[in-house]
Amino acid sequence: MPRIFAYIAHRDGVIDDTALEVAAAARKIDANASPVAVLAGWGSQLDAACNSLPAAFSEIWKISNEALVYPNAELVRKALVKVLPANNIVLLAHDHFGIDLAPGLSIRMNSAFVSDVVDVEAAEGAALKLVRQEFGGQISAHVHCDISSGAVITIRSGAFHATESTPVRGAVVEKSIEVGALSAGRRYLETIVAEAGDVDITKQNILVSIGRGIQEKDNVAIAEQLAEVLGAAVSCSRPVVDAKWLPKSRQVGSSGKTVKPKVYLACGISGASQHLAGIKGTFLIAINKNPKAPIFQVADVGIVDDILEFLPELTNKVRETRAVAAK
Amino acid sequence: MEILVCAKRVPDTSENEIQLNRAGNDIERDDLVYSINEADNYAVEEALQIVAKAGGSVTVVTVGGEDDEEVLRREMAMGAGHGVLISDDAFTGSDGRGIATILKAFVQKGNYDLILAGVQAEDGAAQIGGMLAAMLDYPFASLVNSIEVLDSKKLKVSREIEGGNREVNEIDLPCVLSIQTGINEPRYVGMRGIRAVASVPIPTISASDLNLGPGTVGRCAAKVKRLDYFLPVLGKGAEILHGSREENIDKVLELLEAKGGLR
Repeated sequence: MPRIFAYIAHRDGVIDDTALEVAAAARKIDANASPVAVLAGWGSQLDAACNSLPAAFSEIWKISNEALVYPNAELVRKALVKVLPANNIVLLAHDHFGIDLAPGLSIRMNSAFVSDVVDVEAAEGAALKLVRQEFGGQISAHVHCDISSGAVITIRSGAFHATESTPVRGAVVEKSIEVGALSAGRRYLETIVAEAGDVDITKQNILVSIGRGIQEKDNVAIAEQLAEVLGAAVSCSRPVVDAKWLPKSRQVGSSGKTVKPKVYLACGISGASQHLAGIKGTFLIAINKNPKAPIFQVADVGIVDDILEFLPELTNKVRETRAVAAK
Repeated sequence: MEILVCAKRVPDTSENEIQLNRAGNDIERDDLVYSINEADNYAVEEALQIVAKAGGSVTVVTVGGEDDEEVLRREMAMGAGHGVLISDDAFTGSDGRGIATILKAFVQKGNYDLILAGVQAEDGAAQIGGMLAAMLDYPFASLVNSIEVLDSKKLKVSREIEGGNREVNEIDLPCVLSIQTGINEPRYVGMRGIRAVASVPIPTISASDLNLGPGTVGRCAAKVKRLDYFLPVLGKGAEILHGSREENIDKVLELLEAKGGLR
């Protein structure tokens, strides 16, 4: 079995919370793996990140370089290509940084590349049998990956459960000298923080959340009317924002907000992983006319119905109940 | 600015439910409605908007078969000046690296300032743009959700990062960008537009045109192969309510109260 390296992102001295999941994925590939964590950055923040790494890695390879103050994927790639030995496995989290870095890294390492892996089913000889999802999670695929010249693999957040840490924390191994000067054709300028928006969807008891199933802009009012009678807010999945039917501040998911209402009404939402990543510890009720929508696999309660008919009737029922109670 | 957009024809998930076929080894492909991959369509629109301001031309390329010509024609109806189909039996079974190798060979025969691709295909892996950039030694940015042309040598681009935040970068041309959905509002393409480009010739490029042998592309060169499809088991599964609509509405209200959401 080749060695397994895990590139661990960090920010402000704090390691990414997917670090243990990546370590778990390494052990799923090879139960006897002693994965090596690789951290790149600069100064006290890099030191703090190395020190806060959990005891799940046999060694911590530290790449310190002033050019890496901000983790520019092109610079990190160039550093990794100099430091990592060939024909090994490199794991990364499948997030915006992994998407930026990993495909190009696989080319420069002359390795196979598999992205957004949710499971490792088998590791035999020079091949891995991995599981990915396609079509927004509607269907899964087994993927054969020839690792004879190494592999770069990105790991879906939440798919691998962090196992117990090993008792011994790996030592920090200084790798900075091998890197030398770094320059890139892309330069970081600034980060623009998302606008707050008119409604804070992260602070609601109930969210009426709509997806592609709302079909057209005029139908958004159906969800708004229900939200109004419930004292709730309307949130949504990506396609609704892409179509400009609701502002970005209403989007739930990995590229939007993370929400934890008491009840989440998923209306016409298929349940792509990027959306589900933004829903935490809630009671999830899914209403979708497609009985095979992935959302039904993760919801607590499911109703197979057309939201364009169901939601207005639900709104009317709430109004009637209130009217009776008021008498 | 000479812009190349890499596009792919995929089953349209807004028109189809993707299901397992009877043999259980592939998706059910009978009666599937195909369209251009959504993110690729945004990339074409972005290219057209850049060219409208900065001048130049837009070429849309796809690697595939005869059926894929329809997406090229659709994007030409949107306004792309040229469509190119790269097609050869030798390309069948290529993995992401193989497709990027084919595109690299094509790019090197042209003179493009900017190469755009959708960030990910519905049945893809968010890999082609980054691979192509590394092969060409061009700078790359993924998940791009705005582009501003600074001058003939560089762009200002923002990337979609976590929490709806945006990471702003300056990037040198030529470069490769992978475009996120929502970056713009793709223009509508009507039947009239499609008819207007129906007879515009679309050149087909073969493996020999690109000097590509079986060692680098196709099934034999692929290190990554999809073995089969299966239905995922994501969670324990919802309790599906089988009552009438009225009963289901009552149940939802009951749950809204019980779970503390509704007072």
